[in-house]
Amino acid sequence: MAEVFVEQSKLTTLGTQDSRLLFERSKRGKEAAMLPERAFPKEDLAANIPAKLLRKSEVDFPELSEPELVRYFVNLSKKNFSVDTHFYPLGSCTMKYNPKIHEDVAALSGFACVSPLQPEEEVQGVLRIFDDLAEALKQLTGMDAFTLQPAAGAHGELLGMMLARAYHASRGEKRRNVVLVPDSSHGTNPASAAQYGYEVVQVPSDERGRVCLAALEKLVSDRVACLMLTNPNTLGLFETDILKIRDLAHAKGALLYYDGANLNALLGTVRPGDMGFDIVHLNVHKTFTTPHGGGGPGAGPVGVVKALEPFLPKPVVRRNGTRYHLDYDRPNSIGKIRSFFGNTGILIRAYVYIRMLGLEGLRQASHDAVLAANYLRKKLSSAYLNPHNEYCMHEFVLSARDLAAEHHVHAHDIGKRLLDYGFHAPTVHFPLVVKEALMIEPTETESKETLDAFADAMLKILKEIEETPDLVRKAPHTMPIRRPNEVEAARKPILSSRDLKRDQSHNWSAHQP
Amino acid sequence: MSYFPLTKEDQAEMLETIGVEHFGQLLQAIPTEIRNPKIDLPPALSELEAQRWFQSLADLNATSKTHLSFLGAGCYEHFIPSIVRHVTGRGEFYTSYTPYQPEASQGTLQALFEYQGLMCELTGMDVANGSHYDGASALAESVLMGLHHTGRTKAVLCESVHPEFREVVKTYLTGTRFEIETTGFHPDFRTNLEELKKKLTADVACVAIQSPNFFGLVEDLTELETLVHQNGSLLILVSHPLSFGFYKSAMEWGADVACGEAQPLGISPSFGGPWLGYIAVTRALVRRIPGRLAGVTTDESGRRAFCLTLQAREQHIRREKASSNICTNQALCALAAAVYLASIGKKGIRRVAELNLERALYLRKAVGALKRVEAVTTGSVFNEFVVRFEKPVSAVNAALFEKGIIGGLDLVRYYPKLRNQMLVCATETKSKDDLDRFVSALKEVTA
Repeated sequence: MAEVFVEQSKLTTLGTQDSRLLFERSKRGKEAAMLPERAFPKEDLAANIPAKLLRKSEVDFPELSEPELVRYFVNLSKKNFSVDTHFYPLGSCTMKYNPKIHEDVAALSGFACVSPLQPEEEVQGVLRIFDDLAEALKQLTGMDAFTLQPAAGAHGELLGMMLARAYHASRGEKRRNVVLVPDSSHGTNPASAAQYGYEVVQVPSDERGRVCLAALEKLVSDRVACLMLTNPNTLGLFETDILKIRDLAHAKGALLYYDGANLNALLGTVRPGDMGFDIVHLNVHKTFTTPHGGGGPGAGPVGVVKALEPFLPKPVVRRNGTRYHLDYDRPNSIGKIRSFFGNTGILIRAYVYIRMLGLEGLRQASHDAVLAANYLRKKLSSAYLNPHNEYCMHEFVLSARDLAAEHHVHAHDIGKRLLDYGFHAPTVHFPLVVKEALMIEPTETESKETLDAFADAMLKILKEIEETPDLVRKAPHTMPIRRPNEVEAARKPILSSRDLKRDQSHNWSAHQP
Repeated sequence: MSYFPLTKEDQAEMLETIGVEHFGQLLQAIPTEIRNPKIDLPPALSELEAQRWFQSLADLNATSKTHLSFLGAGCYEHFIPSIVRHVTGRGEFYTSYTPYQPEASQGTLQALFEYQGLMCELTGMDVANGSHYDGASALAESVLMGLHHTGRTKAVLCESVHPEFREVVKTYLTGTRFEIETTGFHPDFRTNLEELKKKLTADVACVAIQSPNFFGLVEDLTELETLVHQNGSLLILVSHPLSFGFYKSAMEWGADVACGEAQPLGISPSFGGPWLGYIAVTRALVRRIPGRLAGVTTDESGRRAFCLTLQAREQHIRREKASSNICTNQALCALAAAVYLASIGKKGIRRVAELNLERALYLRKAVGALKRVEAVTTGSVFNEFVVRFEKPVSAVNAALFEKGIIGGLDLVRYYPKLRNQMLVCATETKSKDDLDRFVSALKEVTA
């Protein structure tokens, strides 16, 4: 990784600075897509339709030719960091390499050109994948049944909340309206519980960075529907007392919910089902390395213990000999959380990954992820503050607390300076239990050389903070833009090209190259 | 293993740096009694074996490539320009993270901004979000938005809204303090306004209607819009997005929320996903819209910059006070839609709508002229319509499949009373020869 000097800060190392939008490149009369001619050109379509149903306003789309569009979008792509081009030590996000065969398999016309409304006898191949994938996920998590329907992890959480309510209601327990979440939990946990109408109560962490058992004991009651946990937690630490937590929750009739965001630490080593979890969601775009797509699509399969199986969404795939059927006859099902079967194309990618690696490969993935995290932890924890410096799982959390106090350089400044060195920022200011948190998850798909280069950059930045703190505070210097004014963006939102055309407060044309 | 760069020597050196003798020591926090479970997975495949195995599974499915398909009903076969796959196939796009670091994500952010702008143009609405999971969950979140915005407790759904959408809305609301009412349709599939009027009580937050509706009919919403707004309720309009190329936009109808499935915009059917839910709203609802929003601002040197904005609605900032729990959504699908719409362009958007319409009108006329077949959706349509046979649709479809044709949807699946009725779809992907082949096949199998 090349040294980055301030003098170079005018050089952009990522893409161009040309930020003109399509409408600013548009010219009357151009077309890209070559559509067929009308098959029935003599039909006066508008004459057959009542005038009041017709569109009055013009659809003011941009007009560009195909080569111009390709260049525009390809140049846009070059303004991105991505796993294919950069190291992404982004805690709790598991940004690992996305194997290319996944894309090719999902794009096969035998999968891509199939409607979910075709009869089941026409879609046996994809139903088999659903069944095999659900079986593999059961094996890897120790759960009894799976649904593949949720479109993302948070969508799976929402489904989990519905399952918990349906389960308790079926037992006549309608008072359970509280969901417990640790103070280190992902933001989606309390948001999912609240969206479904639960009261959210936070469980404090103790000085070991684990759920405080004494506090938990006081908070668990017959009003609690479930306790949502991530294990390893967002500090990258395994909840050592998980079996006691299980007993505390279950003794009061509360369910235990597993947020699968951090499962990449544990494949083949220990399973949520064996830890006593009743509901589990997985993020296949993390653990099973389906691409993150700049913010989706993902998929969030949900697994449950036998007692909750009747409540899973419709339909479920059943195998009868060598034939697969869709079972909609599920009187206790909560219904559907998404149309049809979920993000099939993503689920296929996840299953290809499982088949390519097998159990030994998946176990090695988790082991190498844990090894890489501990290696970086060891290399960085003497220079940076690590409030919980013990063997970690797949990630660990440093704190820039002292640097903020002494040098007024914050965790996010360090993250931004890393961009100049060619590394994506860690997750910053999360988890909330660590002040000025820098959460680092290297994953198993980085070489030792990359890990070393990252550690070197972190140490160089530390030196910069001491010697030239402004260099860090004002970073990044080599990206297509400097720090955006997010306050201005929220105060007067410009959310479309149309808004931008009407905007009087900027002279945008003056900003163009 | 080829995805793992660490060599045995690397691993040994790293363990030494960490200061442990063997890897197992790193796992000491895990209780031994639950470690190393017995797991049964099929053996690993080489890449060559995997390619062959998955090709063999793909070959078990009938597709719109192996058969001529007239099946729509919420999942559409549309033309996808080649550039869509090439742009979305760029690793810089599809292997990037959610753009939380705007300086290193200008590509994704600008593309999302383009998508939002194009969807605003298409629907006529003021603000479109950066994507939602699918049309059904987009409707569910739109209904929740309506309930929260008005502070009322009831949502009314027209029965001609896609049944999968209605089921998802019902699931989202079951077990909460909110209620759903359904309102019916006339035999010609128009929404029954008399019935709706009775249901428009003071506690109704929003009314969701679909047009073109599930039976293909484009509805006149003039009177409905007045009724809904006179009641102080919000109007949520679900539409096939390409229909706006020809028919009135959501804004022109006076909708407060336009939402639905944007799979027709450059995204393959893929057995139901990944697809793309769209939500577009009036300015009044901007701070309630769920999902990500890309906005424009300036950077420290005064240059144009894109960033996620109005994040105070979102879970990673607001936790249990967020307007929705949504995190990962469908950004790459939004990119596909942006490339698609940009490629179709100003002239193309009307053309592609006309191509759908003219094919549907021709096919309806030709099929309706057959003996023992009757066109039931007789009003204005976009690319779908219902026909009735003298025998069950399952029998018709089985016979069509023998002739290499995937027929339309058997409506009995969702509406048990609509026996012998098939929802037929014809998009721009069907040439005149294709349409004629369908008509002659149908003539034979219904004879």
